Order: sequence, then C-alpha cells, then structure tokens
Amino acid sequence: MPKSATPNWLDYFDQQRAACRDERLRNYYAAETVAPETPITNAPLVAMDFETTGLDPNKDEILSIGVVPLSLGRIFCRESCHWVVKPWQALDDQSIVIHGITHSEIASAPDLNVILEELLAALAGRLVVVHYHPIEREFLATALKNRLGEEIRFPMIDTMVLERRIQQGRRSLLDRALRRPEPPVRLGDCRERYHLPHYQPHHALTDALATAELLQAQITHHFGPDVPVSELWC
Amino acid sequence: MQTEQREIASFLTRHPPFDGLPNSAINDLASQIEVVYYKSGSNILNLADPIHDLYLIRGGAVETFRRTGELYNRLAEGAVFGQMGLLMNERVRFPVKALEDTLLYCIPAEMFRDYCDQFESFADYFEGETDSLLHRAVTNHQDKSDLTSVKVATLITRPLLSVAPGTSVRKAAEIMTEHQLTSLIVAEPGDEQRLELAGVVTDMDLRSQILAQGRSFDTPVDEIMSREPFTLDHNAYVFEAILAMLRHHVHHLPILEKGRPFGVLTLSDLVRHESQSSLLLVRSISNQPDRESLAQVAQQVGGAFLRMVKEDANSHMIGSAMAVIGRSFKQRLLELAEDEFGPAPVPYCFLALGSMARDEQLIYTDQDNALVLDDAYRPEEHDEYFQQLAKFVSDGLAECGYAYCDGNVMATNPEWRKTLGQWKDHFAGWIDDPSPQALLNSSIFFDLDGVWGKTHWARELLVFITTRTRNHRKFLACMARNALKRTPPLGFFKDFVVEKGGEHNNSINLKRRGTAPLGDVIRVHALAVGSSSINSFERLDDIIASGLLPEGKGRELSDALEYIAMVRIRHQAKRIEEGQPVNNNIRPEDLSNFDRRNLKEAFQVLSTAQSFLRYRYNTNTPLP
Repeated sequence: MPKSATPNWLDYFDQQRAACRDERLRNYYAAETVAPETPITNAPLVAMDFETTGLDPNKDEILSIGVVPLSLGRIFCRESCHWVVKPWQALDDQSIVIHGITHSEIASAPDLNVILEELLAALAGRLVVVHYHPIEREFLATALKNRLGEEIRFPMIDTMVLERRIQQGRRSLLDRALRRPEPPVRLGDCRERYHLPHYQPHHALTDALATAELLQAQITHHFGPDVPVSELWC
Repeated sequence: MQTEQREIASFLTRHPPFDGLPNSAINDLASQIEVVYYKSGSNILNLADPIHDLYLIRGGAVETFRRTGELYNRLAEGAVFGQMGLLMNERVRFPVKALEDTLLYCIPAEMFRDYCDQFESFADYFEGETDSLLHRAVTNHQDKSDLTSVKVATLITRPLLSVAPGTSVRKAAEIMTEHQLTSLIVAEPGDEQRLELAGVVTDMDLRSQILAQGRSFDTPVDEIMSREPFTLDHNAYVFEAILAMLRHHVHHLPILEKGRPFGVLTLSDLVRHESQSSLLLVRSISNQPDRESLAQVAQQVGGAFLRMVKEDANSHMIGSAMAVIGRSFKQRLLELAEDEFGPAPVPYCFLALGSMARDEQLIYTDQDNALVLDDAYRPEEHDEYFQQLAKFVSDGLAECGYAYCDGNVMATNPEWRKTLGQWKDHFAGWIDDPSPQALLNSSIFFDLDGVWGKTHWARELLVFITTRTRNHRKFLACMARNALKRTPPLGFFKDFVVEKGGEHNNSINLKRRGTAPLGDVIRVHALAVGSSSINSFERLDDIIASGLLPEGKGRELSDALEYIAMVRIRHQAKRIEEGQPVNNNIRPEDLSNFDRRNLKEAFQVLSTAQSFLRYRYNTNTPLP
C-alpha cells in the first residue's frame, strides 16, 4: 500500500485489480488511472468533496459526497452527483451547524455501500481532484474497510498541496528567515487569490465545484496545460 | 440523488434575463451549465471560431471586439455574451478577451434555444439584440401610456348635436342650454345628404359677438361661428388633441369621422380624462398681467413636466408641451411689451430657434430667439423700439427660468435683428458659400419657428432655405462635417462610461453626447431632402419617405432619439423631485441594467448614423 512517497499508481492499479474480492472495486481498478506522463489538458478529471461528522477518519464518518467531472477546459455540471449517506453512529448536533445536513435527511439516506457502485462509476478512469486530500483518501478507505474488509486508494490532485507549493515558491528568503507565517490555504482563501467568486462553503457539491474551478485557475496561472499529471498528483 | 447546483442557481436568479425564469427552469439550467476559468489577458473567443454556448460572466470582466479589432464592449459580472454568434451562424462574431481573471458559466446552445422557445421574456432579451431591443423598449413604453393609446373618440360621450347655418343664435343658445353644451357644431347636408362641417360656435362667440355688441338674437349662427376650425379625426390620440389645443389656443375641437362631424371634444373632456396641467398652465400664462406674475406662474412648469413624465408621455409629447409653454411665455411677454412700448412701428415676426422651434424643449433651456423685421424697417427710426422690445422679452424669459443664451443668439443682439430680405441673404450666404467654421454655431438657425407677429414669414424663410439646401453638396458636406464633432461613448462598464479609446468617465452628458448629435445628423438629412419640417421625428418621416436612408435605419434613429431623450427626461424629473438643479449629466450608477443596454444600443445607432453621414456626404474629401 502506497504511503508517503508518490507510488507507482499504474502498478498499484494492476495489483489491486487482481487482488480485490469485491467486484465493484475490481471494475474500478480495471478502468485504470490516467497515465503519469499525460498532460493535464488531456486528462479526464473529477472533483470530489466529502462532508463528514468530524475530522478523525477512525472515529468520524462520511455524511455526503459531491462529485463534478471536468477537464482543464470545462467543468461539466450536468454529470455531477451528490449523495447524502447514513453514518453508522448517531449524528451529533455540533456538526449539523457546519454542514447543514439534518437528522431527517440522514434518516432517509442510504448506506454508503448502497451507492458505492454509482460513486465508483463516477470516479472510474478519471483523476480525482480534492482540496486537502487526507479527508477524502482516509475517510473513503476506512469506510470501505469497515464495510467490505478491503481498502480503496487512488491518485489525487490536491489543490491545497498545489497552493502550498505555489506559495512556497513565492516566499522570499527573508520571509523564511523571519518565519513569517505561510499564507492561508483554505479553499476560500485560495479562491480569492485567483479572483474566484465567494461560494458558500460546506456543501459537498458546491465545494467540489469550487475545487474544480480552483484547479483550472492554478493550472492556468502557474503550470500551463502541458504539465504531466505525475507532477501534480499525490 | 440530487444535483442541485445551489451557487449557480442563486447567481442566475439575481441576473437578467434569468431572473424572470421559474425556479424549476433555473435549477434545470444550473445543472446543465459548464464552467471555465480564464486568466486576465487570455483569449476567450476568437473570430469565426464555432460557438456552442451562451456565456454568463460569474466573476471578472471581459472585452469584446469588432472584426476590425476595435473595442466593441466591456462586460462585467452578470453580463452575457455570445448570443449574436449563436443566433446568426454559430460562429463567433465578436472576439472576446479576459480583461480580468474571469470565471464563466457556459449555457449550452440547445438549452439556450429551448429557453428562447419556452419563455417569452427570455427570448425578448436576446431578440432585442438582433432586431432592436431599443424599438421594443420604446414601443413598450408608449403602450403603457394612456395619452398615446387612448383615442379621442372614446372621450366623446355626448351624441352629436348640430344646427344648420341659417339657425338663429337664440335657437342655438336654447339648444346649448338644454343639453348643457359650451359649443355647437354648425353643419349642413352635403352630397348624399350627409352632414358637412361648416363651423363651430361657442359660449364665448355668443357673449363677445352678440351680447357685447348688442346684436340681434335672430342673427344666423354662421355669421358668428368660427369657420374652418382646426379639427381632428376620431382616430387621433388624446395627446394629439392636447397638442392641438395647446398650439391653436382653442378649447373646443370638432372631431370628424371620415370627414363628417362626429362630435366636439372640449378642454374639460380632456382635463377630466387627464390631469393635464400643461393645458391649464398655458391658459394661465396668457392671463397674467405682468412680468412678475409670469415669473410666479413659471414655477409651475417643473410640476407640469413631472406630471407628464409620470403619465408616461413620450419625448415628443413632453418636448411639444414644454415648447408650447415656452412659446406662451414669449407670446405673453410680447403682448405685454407692446402694451408698454406701443404698437410696433413696422410689422415683425418673433422667431424661436433650436429646441423650442423643434418642439423638443425640456425644462429650463436657454432662450434662443431672433427678430424678422418688415423690409420697410429703417434702423435709425425703428431700432430703438425693437431693442427695447427684445430686451423686455429676454429679461422676462430669464425671470421665468429660461437662461440667457451663452452664444448670444437672442433678439437683443443687433446681429439677429434683420429684415426678411436680410435674413434670406444671410441664409443664402451660409448655404452657397459654406465654411465649416461659420456653420459651426449656426445650425441652430436652421431650426426656426415663428411664435408671434407675422409668423408666416418663418414658413417663408424655411421654404427659402430648404429649396436651396436640397442636394447642395458643398453645403451638406460642411454641415455633415460639423455633425460628426460630437460622438457617443461606447457604452458602460461597471459604474463607468467607456469611451471609444477605452478610457473611463464617471458621467455622461446625454444632451451633448446623445440627443444633440442625433438631432445634428437628422438635420443634415432633412436639409438634403428639402424637408421643411422642424421637429426631428417629423424630419425623420420626411427623410424615410424620400428613400435616402437604407431600409429600417430611419426607425432606428427615431427609436434611439426617443430612448436617449426619455432617459434624459426621467433624469431631469428625478432631479426636480429631489430638489436638485436640473442638468443633463447622468452617472452610470443611476441607470438600470435595462437602461444601460438600451442606451448602449442607441449610442451604437448614432455611431453608425455618423459613419453613414461621413460616407453619404463625402466629408472626408477636402473642400474646394
């Protein structure tokens, strides 16, 4: 299983296709991922965002999922999806304040296992784009492990990681010597830097759209359309 | 599964033309949109590339360009572009570049077409651009107004009563009393025994011509009636009746149907229908005993103007009513002057020039006037009288709020007191030996109207002028060249006026940059076709009839003039209501999106008309 260093995703997908027991996972890995040398402008992408009951993947759970497919040139709202899923534990009132998903919405929502096929179909063959990847990566892996007894991992482009790189590159020696604080990299802060409009945060579909727009802006300003995806993903 | 795109939907509901769509249509649209980001300076659409979307600016700003590379428009958040290409041949017609970092919402062409089919207001917004949004706006405005949509026939509720010409005045008076009439039609049977209008007799005729003179009650009515009174067709609109009464100083208008008497429309019918205070104001102007009381009455002009604006009168009606009011002040002042200085030693005609002559006056404009004197005029004997007369009128007008003319085009200036013969020579000089410099400040003289005295001399001068100017290439080239001096801006961007070169201004003078140059363009064409009309809309009718302009261009000009004039008028009305000094300077932040779009289109019409003028009258070739 790949950890810190960026793994060889192509090999990993091949192994998983052979190793997974769940048919849905096998199908997902069979669709392969984007080849590392692919220029970003040719890569099929999909922005994804989760709302969760908290920040600890071992304790907290996924509440809603938004996905919006895109390419560098266009974001396709018509193919976007949004699911509310029922967590195993009761919802605590504090998190409701953040994501606005209510007890009654949860009560009628399906388990993640029910919508998993649809979700994986939306992701298959596309490179996933997120803002702050530990949430999406670890929460999805843990949720599947709990349900299927096997994990899922795939490459992600993290707009927060990209923004850190960009901002690091712009920091002067003096900034570093004086340990001036790094500029903020929350989704809204990043968007502002690219003159993207303010969107109301904490709705999975809106945040996915917001992340997709941010990626377009970052690539346009700092990387150019020909950068290979292997320089962006993690 | 729900895919409601909340942010996109809520943005759509805040911007036209989407704001008029039902919620379900907004949500459907939001879920079909594609999004794309462009960094500042990048090309968004290139000329003649295929186009598949309508673009809505979500954030940032763009510039659109003409084929020639000239700046066409600057658009900011909430604006749409690409519709022209979609509606024409699915190719980009106006290239687009990101002026700032820009986020665009792209609406697929099929969706755009589907919504145009389904939602009328949505389609109207775009069809306006290909046909003329302006025309729609102008027509909508006029449809709203009672004054332009109600016909005089509907105001006549009494059955027609008439007497034969030989009827005694006593009998006529009995009939009028019995039926509570203040006037009576005098008619006689014509061919096929149908009534033919002979005249109209009023209460005032009975009083002044019978009682006051002690004449016999057996006098036949045809001896005291007004013959050939001014009449209107029963299909005429209420505002035409108002203007006719104002202009001809009558309170009874015989109304005809197919040339036969139909009824009599009285001032009180109109007042009952409309709180038409300009009618009453004009009447009260002619009753004032001196300059002081005239100045008092003049304070009501603003109120009369406001009421007409509120009643949705169009610019022609307001311009005419204000001109009639101004003219009434002049007439009353001249009457008072003649009382004070005695009768004129030689006949004269007092001329109104410029906007008053064109019936395009708004409130508080300059007084522009001149005197035409009889050819028997001898300066050494008579000039003192006319100098006094002119000064009396001019000072009186200033007291009534009509500012002295900066260019000194007033009868107080000896240069503008001339005999009819001298005036003809002077015009002949301007026309036959034209120089742009000399004509620069004299275009105002080509808009003239007689307000007092020998008013037919004004007609005579006009005919003299237009017979000469017709097809006079050298003169027209000079006039056209001067008509190109004031150009419209390109449009609006955020809260700025955008000039052709791309620079920004905080405000725009709608007279100097809009109505005045439009009037200049129309005047050149009118003089070219020998039209002796003075009002710009009437001139346009003559120009259109002559076939001088390409198809449809005449209507465009009249829509543009109407729209800019109405924005100017509404602006002035607002200033009056706020108790601010009236001016013509409009700031973009005071304009609705609707007005901005229409004004931009009107400016474009003016700009195109100026190009046509340049081409038509060869203003580029050097003058011999």
